Amino acid sequence: MVALTAAPAERKPRPPREAARGSRRQNRMTLIAWGFAAPFVILFLVFLAGPIVGSLAMSFTDFTTRDLQTPFNVNVVGLENYINLFQDPRFLRSLLNTFVFVVAGVPLTMGIALVVALALDKGIDRFRTVFRVGFYAPVVTSIVAIAIVWRFILQPDGLLNGFLSLFGIQGPSWLQDPAWALPSLVFMAVWRNLGTLMVIFLAGLQSVPKEHHEAAMVDGANVFQRFTNITIPALRPTLLFAAVITSIGFLQFFEEPYVMTQGGPLDATLSSAMYTFDQFGFGNYAFASASSYVLFLAIVLLALIQFRLLGRKQD
Amino acid sequence: MALASEMTAPIAGEAPKRTRSPRGARRQAAGLGRSPRRSERPRWWLYIVLTVGVIAMIIPFVWMILGSFKTTTEIRQYPTEFLPREATFENYVQLFGRLDFATFFMNSIIVAVFVTLGNIVFSSMVGYALAKLEFRGKRLLFGLVLTTLMVPGVVTFVPLFVLTANLGLVNSYPGLILPFLITPLGVFLMRQFMLSLPDDIIEAARIDGASEWRIFLRVIMPLCGPAVATLTILTFLGSWNNFLWPLVVATTEDMYTLPVALALYSVGQNAAQYGLMMAGAVVVVVPVLIVFVLLQRYFVQGIALTGIK
Repeated sequence: MVALTAAPAERKPRPPREAARGSRRQNRMTLIAWGFAAPFVILFLVFLAGPIVGSLAMSFTDFTTRDLQTPFNVNVVGLENYINLFQDPRFLRSLLNTFVFVVAGVPLTMGIALVVALALDKGIDRFRTVFRVGFYAPVVTSIVAIAIVWRFILQPDGLLNGFLSLFGIQGPSWLQDPAWALPSLVFMAVWRNLGTLMVIFLAGLQSVPKEHHEAAMVDGANVFQRFTNITIPALRPTLLFAAVITSIGFLQFFEEPYVMTQGGPLDATLSSAMYTFDQFGFGNYAFASASSYVLFLAIVLLALIQFRLLGRKQD
Repeated sequence: MALASEMTAPIAGEAPKRTRSPRGARRQAAGLGRSPRRSERPRWWLYIVLTVGVIAMIIPFVWMILGSFKTTTEIRQYPTEFLPREATFENYVQLFGRLDFATFFMNSIIVAVFVTLGNIVFSSMVGYALAKLEFRGKRLLFGLVLTTLMVPGVVTFVPLFVLTANLGLVNSYPGLILPFLITPLGVFLMRQFMLSLPDDIIEAARIDGASEWRIFLRVIMPLCGPAVATLTILTFLGSWNNFLWPLVVATTEDMYTLPVALALYSVGQNAAQYGLMMAGAVVVVVPVLIVFVLLQRYFVQGIALTGIK
């Protein structure tokens, strides 16, 4: 926590050292440039970098809500919080739920978005804007607001089951059934995030050289062959990028369970972020920090792994 | 996390290089427009599939708007009918009468306006330094921006709350606004855009004896219209929909923003008030949807410029 108050001073423009090789003009420019950056740097250190370090520091202490006014009066407890975390079945459950949410949601979102992008890019001439706006609209909406709407749609006597009953299907009570609650949230997340990836894939598709497609057509390659041998390899950087940002977004899911299920039924939708928030609510600040850092590490690791995997195939 | 630079590269950096014509580059940056290669004939069945898809995407919005005009008795009956039988404004009357949604709406606006202004001013300033000035520590500064591009709010909110509490800013506008006045994403966006501006005009202004501040204000900023528009939309939207931090820091009703109020009411005693909650969702979502339909070009541009929504 020391970093919070002490750090801003360090980042100020450094006084030119006597031995500095740079010319006076360069020193002047450095001063001017850091002047441009100063407001950002100060806010950045206090409200972003500080808390990132602070969260890690707090996770090794016994910080609770009682220490709020005296943040430096806490005891260092080492890895105790982390050990306790991994002995808490609810925490492990939240990790599992988050993992399932990502593993099911990301490929599904990417697959559907790719199909929509391909259809919009190649298949049709008219009404592209209408389709694009329609598929993208959920992205701009507040998850909280839209989760409330979905909660009502997914009620036992809600719109979805009403629709299913037209075909003689008796739908489950989606959000109250431990088996269906998490898939329902995945479904909603796919619906909400489809548009982002669609736009990213559309941009990526336009960078696929059309000469390659023409050459392949001359050689007699069919649509499917051209898709797997030309489009997919050319899209690899875009696909990688999409996988990373979608995974990072999905790993943090919080609003959906908060509004739709409160983590229930039987912790079936308790996400990692929600677990952290609950611990914060109970006043266990150090514990909450530790749990948030586990999620943070998962995010960093996942990004690294995905880069390794997809990066290697590229060369 | 030194990955962000690589992550954003496919969209922000590499993609434009591959296009041949400036027209193509612009179309690509916006992620829209028709592809010039229309080698295959449009297929009618694709229209059907896409239309069904779009209807599935849009139905929750339609359901929300219709539901907000339904009476409580009509909602209780089963099976629910799609259209309201007798449309009523009662839900909206309650929303702005019994519940204080006017206040929540104003809070959301106030926070979003300040957050957006802060981001425009501060991101432009750093963006200029990073894009057009040579100085010691530049790589370090840009590295910091890139590595923090995707740090989730859930990692920082606990210490941030301790800090806010010690500054005496819990449950206040500054407490809601200050942590979001800058975003690494905003800096990244402005830098990327400013890199594309020619150096000649800056050199010319320097030879004329203009100071860097004057060049920034009079030469660079007037050219940054599109980037500022995109940044405005992205940050306003981000702030408008932001949930976790306002939920933590707003402790009494008079400081709630719209998503916080909506979420807390929806799990409280009004939870069963279907029509009322739908009306609340309409108040949060519909203004954004209208702005989106009108300015959709800039929304899409934001994704293309930064790769992140």
